[in-house]
Amino acid sequence: MRINTLFYCIWQGIRNIFKNKWFTLASVATISACLFLFGIVYSVLINFQYVVKNAQQGVCVSALLNGDLSEERIQEIAGMISRRTEVSESVYVTAEETWIQFAEDMKFGDISFYTENPLEECGHFDIYMEDVSMQPELVTYLESIDGIWKVNQSALTAQTLTGVNAIISYVSVGIVIILFFVSIFLISNTVTIGISVRKEEIQIMKYIGATDFFTRAPFVIEGMIIGFIGSLIPLAAVYFIYNEAMMYVAGRFPFLSQLLEFLPVQMVFTFLMPVCIGIGVGIGFIGSFTTVRKHLSV
Amino acid sequence: MKSTGTRRRQGASNSDAAILLEHVSKSYTVGIPALNDVNLHINKGEFVFIVGDSGSGKSTLIKLLLRELLPTSGRIMVNGTDVVRLKRRNIPKFRRSLGVVFQDFRLLKDRNVYENVAFAQRIIQKPNREIRRNVPSILSMVGLAGKYKARPKQLSGGEQQRVALARALVNKPQILLADEPTGNLDPKNSWEIMNLLEKINNNGTTVLVVTHNREIVNAMQKRVITMKKGIVVSDEEKGGYIDED
Repeated sequence: MRINTLFYCIWQGIRNIFKNKWFTLASVATISACLFLFGIVYSVLINFQYVVKNAQQGVCVSALLNGDLSEERIQEIAGMISRRTEVSESVYVTAEETWIQFAEDMKFGDISFYTENPLEECGHFDIYMEDVSMQPELVTYLESIDGIWKVNQSALTAQTLTGVNAIISYVSVGIVIILFFVSIFLISNTVTIGISVRKEEIQIMKYIGATDFFTRAPFVIEGMIIGFIGSLIPLAAVYFIYNEAMMYVAGRFPFLSQLLEFLPVQMVFTFLMPVCIGIGVGIGFIGSFTTVRKHLSV
Repeated sequence: MKSTGTRRRQGASNSDAAILLEHVSKSYTVGIPALNDVNLHINKGEFVFIVGDSGSGKSTLIKLLLRELLPTSGRIMVNGTDVVRLKRRNIPKFRRSLGVVFQDFRLLKDRNVYENVAFAQRIIQKPNREIRRNVPSILSMVGLAGKYKARPKQLSGGEQQRVALARALVNKPQILLADEPTGNLDPKNSWEIMNLLEKINNNGTTVLVVTHNREIVNAMQKRVITMKKGIVVSDEEKGGYIDED
């Protein structure tokens, strides 16, 4: 193919965008609306997951150690715990530290007159997990270790968080899949209608000997550009709204920002931007490619 | 001379044929043929009218020659190409050897006269410098050199048909197929188009015109093939329009 033919096809594609203003506008609006909805829902859900994940990482399992354990044995147990894949962090708290903390919490005041540590058997590991759904397995493992006499856990918290996380994951996947297919359907329908009204143009090209590629190329380029523009608009809107929402919540509800930590916009867009552009350009390409094909058999 | 059946013209061989149809039939629905065992032999450089009422099979014939349709049976050769065996990917190249003109002009409405004609050159990937040379030349031949910037809707019917003719001719086709080229034109413009077609034919292009225009057919004294219900009922040298009973 000659280079000027390639440029001609690209130029025709760009020209078509301005020539068919209403079709372009309708397509860009449809793509933008679908992807905006997709972007907003994704942003909300990913933040829900982030909050739940943070909450999960705050769930702690305490493994209480026998009071007579040697320093070497404590180190051994620390190694055994940290090697577990579900463990994100483990902190060793001595019996003395436990007692001091307890006295503080209970407002005992001066405890120097205690000659013995009443919590001698309460030196322990505070263990934080990557995934709280693995808590029962970890507890079983800890209980089997010689030197650990008791394991404190919050089974209810772990179960609740695991359940919430699972529900959010299922709902997220469900909504994203539904929105994805609704977007594909709406966008390809708009592209189809837009191209179908130019059926005659395609037929004329074919009658005078244009190849399928030559006939299709301007339409496909047009579709991809429309898809690209249609994905940039909602991305910009979501970016703006997301930042504004974060600032609003931080300013208006400062107590919430201590409880709820939003995911930074850059992290949301690491996934959202390529996916939205991919959907827009991809659907523009596939929609125009398949629609033109229907009219090529002249 | 008047005949009631199909015939091969005297002294003509297959190698002389621009268009050759052998026992061609086409049915859209089972049992109702649009064309029924048609045999045709049109020599290179001939000017031929195809006439007949609606439903006689004229349009089907043009579609078969353009390879828009495939026959149910029979063999079709156009410019030495076996149209029936032609692979789909080779259809565009085949069509470039034909010029085609329609009753409704079929111009690209969003492009001006120059771009409509240049489009035919672009699809065969002519360099721009050749397009800039060929298009004005063909536009001047059809008498539209001064209107190259006009859009189709700014032109009269006759002018639009001349643009369509220029587009059909710019790639120098060996055969020109004209499907009711004067169907949407007044008598004056109709004659102008027919005179152009005759001029093109005099330059060696085979011209096949499907028409209902009795006056033109009778006046031009060219070969006339009459079709009725999918059958060639008459093929006359210097013939005329046969009235229906």
